[in-house]
Amino acid sequence: MLSNIGISLVVLIIILSFLIIYIAILDLKTSNQFIKKNIYKLSLFQITFTVLCFFTLIIGFINSDFSLINVYENSHTTKPFFYKIAGTWGNHEGSLLLWVNILVIFSYLFLIFNHSHDKKFRLYTLIFQNILILGFLFFLLLNSNPFNSIYPIPLEGLGLNPILQDPALAIHPPLLYVGFVGCSIYFSAAMASLISGYSGKLFAQSIKTWVKISWCFQTLGIIVGSIWAYYELGWGGFWFWDPVENASLLPWFAITALMHSLIVLEKRNALYYWVIILCLSTFILSVTGTFLVRSGILNSVHTFASDPSRGIYILLFLSLMIFSALTIFFKKYKKETYIFNLKSRETFILANNWFMVFFLLTVLIGILYPIFLDVLTNVKISVGPPFFNIVIIPLVVPLMFLMAIGPKFGWIKSQNKMFHKILLLILGAIIINLLIFYFFGKYSFLSNSIFIAAIFLILYSLLDIKKIFNNKNKMELPRIISHLSFGLLVFFIGINHQFSLEEDFNLKVGEIKKTNDYEINFEDIKIKENKNYKAVIGNFRLTNLKNNLAQYLEPEIRIYSNPETLTYEAAIKTKITSDLYLTMSNVSRSDYYNIKFQKKPFMIWIWISALMITLGGFMQLTLKKNED
Amino acid sequence: MKINILKIIIFSFVIFSLSVFWLGLKIDNNYDTKSLIGSKISNFQLTEINNNNQHISNEYLKKNKYTLINFFASWCAPCRAEHRYLLSLSSKNKKIKIIGINFKDKKINANNFLKELGNPYDFVGQDTDGKISISFGIYGIPESILVNNELTVIKKIIGPIDQTQFDDVLKIIQ
Repeated sequence: MLSNIGISLVVLIIILSFLIIYIAILDLKTSNQFIKKNIYKLSLFQITFTVLCFFTLIIGFINSDFSLINVYENSHTTKPFFYKIAGTWGNHEGSLLLWVNILVIFSYLFLIFNHSHDKKFRLYTLIFQNILILGFLFFLLLNSNPFNSIYPIPLEGLGLNPILQDPALAIHPPLLYVGFVGCSIYFSAAMASLISGYSGKLFAQSIKTWVKISWCFQTLGIIVGSIWAYYELGWGGFWFWDPVENASLLPWFAITALMHSLIVLEKRNALYYWVIILCLSTFILSVTGTFLVRSGILNSVHTFASDPSRGIYILLFLSLMIFSALTIFFKKYKKETYIFNLKSRETFILANNWFMVFFLLTVLIGILYPIFLDVLTNVKISVGPPFFNIVIIPLVVPLMFLMAIGPKFGWIKSQNKMFHKILLLILGAIIINLLIFYFFGKYSFLSNSIFIAAIFLILYSLLDIKKIFNNKNKMELPRIISHLSFGLLVFFIGINHQFSLEEDFNLKVGEIKKTNDYEINFEDIKIKENKNYKAVIGNFRLTNLKNNLAQYLEPEIRIYSNPETLTYEAAIKTKITSDLYLTMSNVSRSDYYNIKFQKKPFMIWIWISALMITLGGFMQLTLKKNED
Repeated sequence: MKINILKIIIFSFVIFSLSVFWLGLKIDNNYDTKSLIGSKISNFQLTEINNNNQHISNEYLKKNKYTLINFFASWCAPCRAEHRYLLSLSSKNKKIKIIGINFKDKKINANNFLKELGNPYDFVGQDTDGKISISFGIYGIPESILVNNELTVIKKIIGPIDQTQFDDVLKIIQ
């Protein structure tokens, strides 16, 4: 039943997309200033049916309708309600339907919110976006149909992978999708702009909001994923330079560069082709990332969805996208010349772009090189943290200096009167760094530079905020908050990296382990039956030997029944100044448990500063809205 | 002119990457060391698990017509499953010697493991940090390599030995 409804809706949306493209092409030839009413109507139908289609699948999951293969494979009647819903996008087919939903929603919103812009430009955008929609709909229908039915209907489902049953992970995919798939709209707009010749400042204004929205969601999505890794994977870290994490960074670097250079295009009417390149590559990189993850070429935590036949389809689609984008781009490309004064804001924004492009290329090489090597020579290597840390971290130092100083320069040309201030703040930063160095411990030259640069950026931004409160000009506030938070983020990551404690040992019930600062007492163990898993809970008393304060930590080993899996839940005590982190895992055939104990300073502040970066983005969205 | 060169470079890079991706889809992604079959064993030296002064090297393999090198550990559950095949192989046949390499394990645990299940090995070598096993091309245990007296790898068994694998080994050494 649901299967028929779902498939009919998909077919209906396909017909609507064809119709929209057809009428839009007809409308291009009319001299009328306004877009035909029919197109609005059809788009409204399209968005309604798409959302209905998604709800149909959600209903299938809520009711545990195992006549759908997708529900049978990814759900279970005993699963909590929340995870039944989250299960809808916790698998390849369902997430593809979500992908189509976001394409359609962005298409519709772009159509209705941009009525002040050129008609041709809007129609072309609509056409390109609908081509994308069709591409993904056919993929969905022919290869990855979430509405495929199964007969005889199974009585019980196979269940959702337990490590995915986590609140952070339930919202991680939708956030990332809004971020990544949202890029599609300015991919289409960039193509439309090249063809219709609607360029420059006006083009920048038409896509500005969409770039910001997708930037905010991408950033938030990446942070939530990282929070999940910290709490769920039990490895005690939050970023592993895992190939899939890296794949999510690629479009992020491109979009961050785009967000900045778009300001130059809007204010100075320069860098148009560069902005177009960034618009096109952001979405191309998103699809590339999806391809790498979904095809199974990359192996990692995310391989829930690997299947080569999907890979071939996405690859075909990707190739079409890249080649049409390149062909149109080179056909329309004209040489642009502009001379920027060295002491102008545009120069600094351009500098930001160089950094972003450098980071992007570094990560791209880190992803592609092992794949190329494997495919061509059958040699397996993995490019991991050492490579990225060595190449990327040193460059974060100058980046942070520029992030502080850059926005202070005016457009076109400005007099530099802030030399004294900069010097003073650098001095301040060095002193604070030396204090940390002196009181808490020694670290390398590079770490010193990182701390100095981060503190400099923080101090500078704080002064800026003070200034804003004096003259009540709020326009700069979102930018300052994002930059300040980036400084804080790097600072706290640095502290966390330098001053983390880690102990790894085996204990059995009743035993006590003493480290330098803590006494860890494994008091007892209990077993708890839950709805869909059984938990072995260890009870540990941690005594801080300095102040004799005791607290209890209860790490768990969970045995899920459907599908049968073991997961290790870390016990984490979060405090303002540090996190205590304890995981336990069973050592087979013995009474001993392997215990990993970590003390990680300022963990919570890493999350807070990362979230504040996004907050800056959201503030910018609302502020600009109020101004309009 | 300049733009043309750039165009060519970009297009070739894109075509190259996409074709590599395409090839990548076709190859089996599971790491496979089957290619080692037919190759020669490189030089090695093993130390006896309970006696640090007792060593064996390539020379040991040359003395026997066939040697099965088995990688095991006390913490490895599938190793228990395959153990009975190793035992019956060692008791049935005088033509084959079995070397056990104890992978990333504790001495006490390994000895208990052999005491409990029986010891099929003619020699048990220690490999506490796993480096020797890696030089044999092992990436997970249990794994076993069948070698002849010319030090050539004849068969590789990835995962626990089962009835079919066991019969195969018997057929080869007959």
